[in-house]
Amino acid sequence: MTTTDSPPDAAALARRVEEFLAEHDPASSDPAEFLRERFAAGLAWVHYPAGLGGLGAENGLQTAVDAAFARAGAPENRPRLNVIGLGMAAPTILRFGDDDQKQRWLPSLWTGEDIWCQLFSEPGAGSDLAGVGTSAVWDTDAWVLNGQKVWTSMAHHARWGIILARTDPEAVKHRGLSYFVVDMTAPGVEVRGLRQITGEAEFNEVFLTDVRVPDDQRLGEVGQGWAVAQYTLMNERVAIGGGTLPRESGAVGTLATRWREHPEARTPGLHDRMLRLWVQTEAARLTAERLGQQQAAGQPGPEGSGVKITYARLNQECSSLELELQGEDGLRYRDYTERRPEVEDYGSRDAGWRYLRFRANSIEGGTSEILRNVVAERVLGLPAEARADKDVPWKDLPR
Amino acid sequence: MSTTATTPGTPETGDLLYSDVEEDLRASVRALVDKQAPWDAVLRRTDTEDPVDTDLWKRLTQEIGVAGLAVPEERGGAGASWREVAVVAEELGRAVAPVPFLGTVVATALLLGTGEDDLLAAVAGGERTAALAVGATRGAGRPVPVTVERQGGGDLLAGTVTAVIDAVTADVLLVPVSATEIAVVEADGDGVTRTTAESLDMTRRLTDVVFDGAPARVVTADLDHALRVGAAILASEQLGLAERCLADTVEYLRTRHQFGRQLASYQALKHRLADLWVAITQARATARYAARCAADDSPDLPIAAAVAAAHGAEVALLAAEDGLQLHGGIGFTWEHPAHLFLKRARADALVLGSADHHRTVLADLVDLPA
Repeated sequence: MTTTDSPPDAAALARRVEEFLAEHDPASSDPAEFLRERFAAGLAWVHYPAGLGGLGAENGLQTAVDAAFARAGAPENRPRLNVIGLGMAAPTILRFGDDDQKQRWLPSLWTGEDIWCQLFSEPGAGSDLAGVGTSAVWDTDAWVLNGQKVWTSMAHHARWGIILARTDPEAVKHRGLSYFVVDMTAPGVEVRGLRQITGEAEFNEVFLTDVRVPDDQRLGEVGQGWAVAQYTLMNERVAIGGGTLPRESGAVGTLATRWREHPEARTPGLHDRMLRLWVQTEAARLTAERLGQQQAAGQPGPEGSGVKITYARLNQECSSLELELQGEDGLRYRDYTERRPEVEDYGSRDAGWRYLRFRANSIEGGTSEILRNVVAERVLGLPAEARADKDVPWKDLPR
Repeated sequence: MSTTATTPGTPETGDLLYSDVEEDLRASVRALVDKQAPWDAVLRRTDTEDPVDTDLWKRLTQEIGVAGLAVPEERGGAGASWREVAVVAEELGRAVAPVPFLGTVVATALLLGTGEDDLLAAVAGGERTAALAVGATRGAGRPVPVTVERQGGGDLLAGTVTAVIDAVTADVLLVPVSATEIAVVEADGDGVTRTTAESLDMTRRLTDVVFDGAPARVVTADLDHALRVGAAILASEQLGLAERCLADTVEYLRTRHQFGRQLASYQALKHRLADLWVAITQARATARYAARCAADDSPDLPIAAAVAAAHGAEVALLAAEDGLQLHGGIGFTWEHPAHLFLKRARADALVLGSADHHRTVLADLVDLPA
């Protein structure tokens, strides 16, 4: 499906949504069918090309379309369960996939019928992601993958995974990588829950043993995997850093509510900490809004890294103070039983759980230390860290 | 059309970016200040009998019109807004320029709410300068102590106000004589004695003022609003100062070598600068929001100004203190500008209310009681 018309503006999109809703009543439609029709109508992600769920419209127009569907009570496409699919895999497929790959994966990804996960980090390659050791070796008619991935959210729900693997151990590490899409139901893929300090197994380890991946599941050229992965991670930073937040949302909101409800817990020292965290959170909120305004004005700023560093710290400090306000109750913990949490609102958990879970905020999605390097080098123009792995074949690096 | 979702209690943020007009204004101010008041000239002036650069002030007010930006055209100003005023404050903070801009901001905010239009127009045009005669550390949200009385309830003043900012060269003093009234006094007139104090911040000297039978004209005025606008604009001064400290420190660490390496290549130093940069992005967002609220007379101004002032004070201090530390020994010398910024940042963190004052005020505003 192609169109020579100019892309629709906000008013035209609003009309299309209205027409669509007139033809597809959200209340009486089958949810999966409704979502497939919405994708076909180009109202899934309107800035994507026609035929791939979009209409080539401006990126900023999506919010109003989503809001209109939400008001009409339209079914959701499991956005929280498929956060990696929607936020990271989809833009990468759109940018690096061929036509067949886009048609094969994007529709069921957007509708939420297929959940996606990301197989990047390994026990031996976290911050230094380009050091991944999972191997991909060509054998007759397919790539054969062997290795271990870790910190894999959603792997136990996922049908597909995006994976970074080493196709050339003789090359310098960044140049020996390729990027594939793995069928998580294929033989040799084993997903195990990884128990975390909260007691739960929210993430996974994924073991790959002689997993055969056809060449038509490669994204980008052989040896180009690092560039493709960088593109995926750029979208991760955007997803975490941007956006508009209401005042007093998130960790400080839970903390402030407890402060108001428990006057008996207040002391001058705790009051000072409460107010400092409130001010810092409001400053972070306005900074995120300003970042969003810059992006909307076509001046993508590097502030995203700073926003992520800040929210990680504020989540940690707010939940720590909240626990402290509870006194003896702060020492109790609801449940350390190993279980699989559903994706849920952090606000519904106890303060101890939040305190523990937020320790990961400064590790996941780029550690705060790596993000400080990013700010120092890319924003302030300071010299890059000394590299011991330059011009050395990956196989010769100490591990 | 706005598609931004807001919950009750979250006012619309408004535009936090700089307009082209604001960037042009910035460029004009910077060009003039760089030429007329580079840091070594600012430093030399601190050892003279003229702590205020009256020549620079004349050019800022008459050539660029910085004193009239927030005053409507029909009242003798340029008809811009507090947003533009904030941009000027950034530039003057960046240069620690010894001119009575902050005092003029507070006086203007006060006069805008009175019928003193002749004085307002004269201040807006730079022909006269006015200063609010309250102690420098007084902030919005709490009553200002009244230390000056009308003798016998008449038109002559008696009393003392200590630590007034930007009163050294002021032509007119605006003196609180009750919670809702100010007296307009000729600073060089009978019964007024001004003493310029040796001040921690050498580029913004304090004045102690004694009134003894000074003739005055008493008018009603909103002191709290003026102090609040002052705090909102001060946050932009702190932003400009912090950015200058960061830029100077980055430059220095790139140039200096120790142990055969650029200082800027050490991760311990890179991370401190990264943290400072992050803090400055936040100071910019809060200062811009406060200026926006002042410009639009938003009901959220009390919160916005308190957040910007509390945060801006700490960011400017961090920038000046870390900046000095990372310069090492040279930063501790008189002949290096780091101390000019340190002294201004340290003083600014008390001027118009300390960070602690603003947080205490916020506790009431956002319902987080002690």
